[in-house]
Amino acid sequence: MKTALEHIIILFSGDSGDGMQLTGTQFSDTSARMGNDIATFPDYPSEIRAPSGSVYGVSGFQVHIGAKEIFTPGDQPDVLVAMNPAALKVKLPLLKKGATIILNDDAFDRSGFKKAGYTETSIEDIEELRNFKLIHAPITSQTERALETIDLDNKSKRRCKNFYALGLCYFIFSRDPDLTKEWIREKFKDQETLVKANIAALEAGYHFGETIEAAIAIYQIPEAPLEKGTYRQINGNTGIAWGLMQAAEASGLNLFVGSYPITPATDILQELSKREAFAVQTFQAEDEIAAICAAIGASFSGALAATTTSGPGLALKSEALNLAVMLELPLVVINVQRGGPSTGLPTKTEQADLLQVFYGRNGESPLIVLAASRPGDTFAMAFEAARLSLEHMTPVVLLSDGFIANGSEPWRIPDLTEGYRHISTNMTQTPKEGFRPYNRNLQLVRPWAIPGTEAMQHRIGGLEKDFDTGDVSYDPENHEKMVEVRAKKVSLVSSNIPQQLVEGKAQGQLLVISWGGTYGAVRTAVKQLQEQGYEISLAHLTYLNPFPENLGQLITNFRQVIIPELNKGQLLRIINAQFHCRAKGYHKVQGQPFTISELIAAFRKELKLMDYAKQ
Amino acid sequence: MQSNSKKLNAKDFATDQAVRWCPGCGDYAILNSVKKVLATLGKRKEDVVFISGIGCSSRFPYYVDTYGMHSIHGRAVAIATGTKIQNPELSVWAITGDGDGLAIGGNHFIHAIRRNININVLIFNNEIYGLTKGQYSPTSKLGQRTKTSPTGTIEQPFNPAMLALGAGASFFARTTASDPKHLQETLLRAEAHCGTSVVEIYQNCVIFNDEAFEEFLGKENREDHTVLLEQGKPLVFGKGLDKAVQWENHELFVSTEVDSAVIHDERNLTLSFLLARMETVKPLGVYRCVQEPEYASGMSTTETKSRKQVSELLHSGSTWKID
Repeated sequence: MKTALEHIIILFSGDSGDGMQLTGTQFSDTSARMGNDIATFPDYPSEIRAPSGSVYGVSGFQVHIGAKEIFTPGDQPDVLVAMNPAALKVKLPLLKKGATIILNDDAFDRSGFKKAGYTETSIEDIEELRNFKLIHAPITSQTERALETIDLDNKSKRRCKNFYALGLCYFIFSRDPDLTKEWIREKFKDQETLVKANIAALEAGYHFGETIEAAIAIYQIPEAPLEKGTYRQINGNTGIAWGLMQAAEASGLNLFVGSYPITPATDILQELSKREAFAVQTFQAEDEIAAICAAIGASFSGALAATTTSGPGLALKSEALNLAVMLELPLVVINVQRGGPSTGLPTKTEQADLLQVFYGRNGESPLIVLAASRPGDTFAMAFEAARLSLEHMTPVVLLSDGFIANGSEPWRIPDLTEGYRHISTNMTQTPKEGFRPYNRNLQLVRPWAIPGTEAMQHRIGGLEKDFDTGDVSYDPENHEKMVEVRAKKVSLVSSNIPQQLVEGKAQGQLLVISWGGTYGAVRTAVKQLQEQGYEISLAHLTYLNPFPENLGQLITNFRQVIIPELNKGQLLRIINAQFHCRAKGYHKVQGQPFTISELIAAFRKELKLMDYAKQ
Repeated sequence: MQSNSKKLNAKDFATDQAVRWCPGCGDYAILNSVKKVLATLGKRKEDVVFISGIGCSSRFPYYVDTYGMHSIHGRAVAIATGTKIQNPELSVWAITGDGDGLAIGGNHFIHAIRRNININVLIFNNEIYGLTKGQYSPTSKLGQRTKTSPTGTIEQPFNPAMLALGAGASFFARTTASDPKHLQETLLRAEAHCGTSVVEIYQNCVIFNDEAFEEFLGKENREDHTVLLEQGKPLVFGKGLDKAVQWENHELFVSTEVDSAVIHDERNLTLSFLLARMETVKPLGVYRCVQEPEYASGMSTTETKSRKQVSELLHSGSTWKID
């Protein structure tokens, strides 16, 4: 008898060498293919291989699947797969009360307990486990047994145990194992033994589920009512890479990407380095500075140029970014934020680079700032960043974060003939006597004449330039005028971006303003409160500089504004300063995303306070 | 308008900007030589790009009527790299100095050389920070007194030739602003070379480090203290051509036995290194020139017309339909 579930949160966890990221990805891909909506959250240590069996080496992959729309990877897992005692120890506190735990019994030996820092020496001794449903599975030994006849050394056999665990989960949650089998065949194309071994492990796990069926609950999660269309899985880093490629295609330019590897942005560079057939040129520079400088050089000679990085890298790039502001060349900077300051928490998420992006440069240096909200909007936002940069001849910073970068969700592939077809650049090819590189149009945008274009040769630089001629100028009044012109140019972008949408009523008690990767959690929390009858609305911002034209009006339509952020109040300061309002903040900096429940609590508290004030 | 129709002369490459180096600065000679070389090569203005960093040398692009960028401190080579990769047809010149190129920009300098990207890197070496008014640079001599080393520096200077050769330079030459003819010949060689062409140009700073090169470039000293490097020719020099560079026990030394002078070979890396280490006599000319794979030759490029469509990619791999 299968129990139908509306949604379920499963957390796969094990040693960082146990293949939990792969297991989680396969589980979520299969679920997406079966028509569920999903959201995932990989959470792994920054060490590649921490001491095996230790709590530092625990790698987790949380997947939330549903028969309804899913906006977040979920708060508290309903199911934990624990491949060893360390995984159990680290993840147990996160679980929902009464959750199911699938244990790899083989790993719970004396040495396993010791490495995890348990004083207990058997599962039965662990007091906290009494409140949970346990499924005992001898995953390691059963995998070895299933692979007995396969010609592989024992170590390699044991490495297949993640597929055994996956097979068991496939049975329990009524997933089709064939999709993963197909994937295994493709992945190990020329290694017949590995194909056999991994499939055998997957099937053995599945059959183990059948054997214990009578003793455990079996679930199914019906299809979610998703919009019609063709779907694929996408994570934020891939979405950004492809969005930039589409922008290059739509503008008829080459894409040049100068980058330096940095977690969690590296995947963008890796993805693009495979795409030379799409007129993409990647350049792995000697450092972050050279990476952005090469991009500026390529922009000067006519590429759609981008550089990808994370907070510490952005800090290194800031002088060159300022040069691009001064030169007024198009440049897309992707900043996949991580926990800071300094090296901080490289593999954890945070949104604490906003003030750096706004103000982290010498002089008056405005630029366009955008932020992606979820893996599924990264393609659109990267395209938008490139469009605005090319149309307005100015650098654009697109903020993503570790949560968006590594998380994945089903993405309805957009029709590229609508909205993604053409970007017009400001490139000029008509030879004119006395070409003036800083001669602006009504939007204050200067022309882009690239080397090789006859009779347009000119010199640009980081020194202040004369408003009319573009020559170096130290004139005091001219400087002030130029500072104002550059600011005005960026502020005029607001007429080229959409109005801010509100989820909920356009006026009322409490307006929640959020940005970036917190969208899923904030939206879910707001929705739940709306269903409970509260007067609460959400404005989730994707355009941070300039803000949409109607944002100021929106703010005045509500009695109170609250801004939840994974920082200590960065957007809060900007909004309060710009709109002279008294928004409140709600902050968290733990390297972890918001949970829905904490947001509901915070918003409800605010609503109650307002209620109280009314009386 | 004119650039296509007739062959340009050096004057055609001048801009309307007033040149603002100190009177007597060696940079004037370099500027004139570069313009002459561009004319000699028959370059069209639009096909040439000068990219500079920060410092006295880096004002250079404002004075040449081609495309140009006066960028930020130390980064000219990195920017020039991007410009060249995006359009390999361009003639790209990075203009830098001993501070800009070898201190703050040292990393980009060695890595451009390692990649062997086809740009020319001109280092105006005056062994001092000029624009900030007289602090020691990475090429200032040990013990040199400057505003930031009032009792003399305690740092060993870089030897740009050793640095470039150590980084794998396929072309390195040393010349001097005080000899425009030699300078122009050297620049022609640099532009002809496919790969990163590093040219160190001794350039006298009349204000903060005057006569820095007097020991071997001064009128009285030059003939006895410099040796001209010419491919396949013996390294003989001196007022009466009575001195020779000789090779023995893996070292070079100066003797009077002109018949056993070393024959210059730009492809011999050991010889290039030994020449770079010479102190009392400075070799001028091309130390090394070898044809090695250039960066762009390894690049896989796609013609814009035949580029693949992103929509194909979006629909490739694992997708599913919801109707």
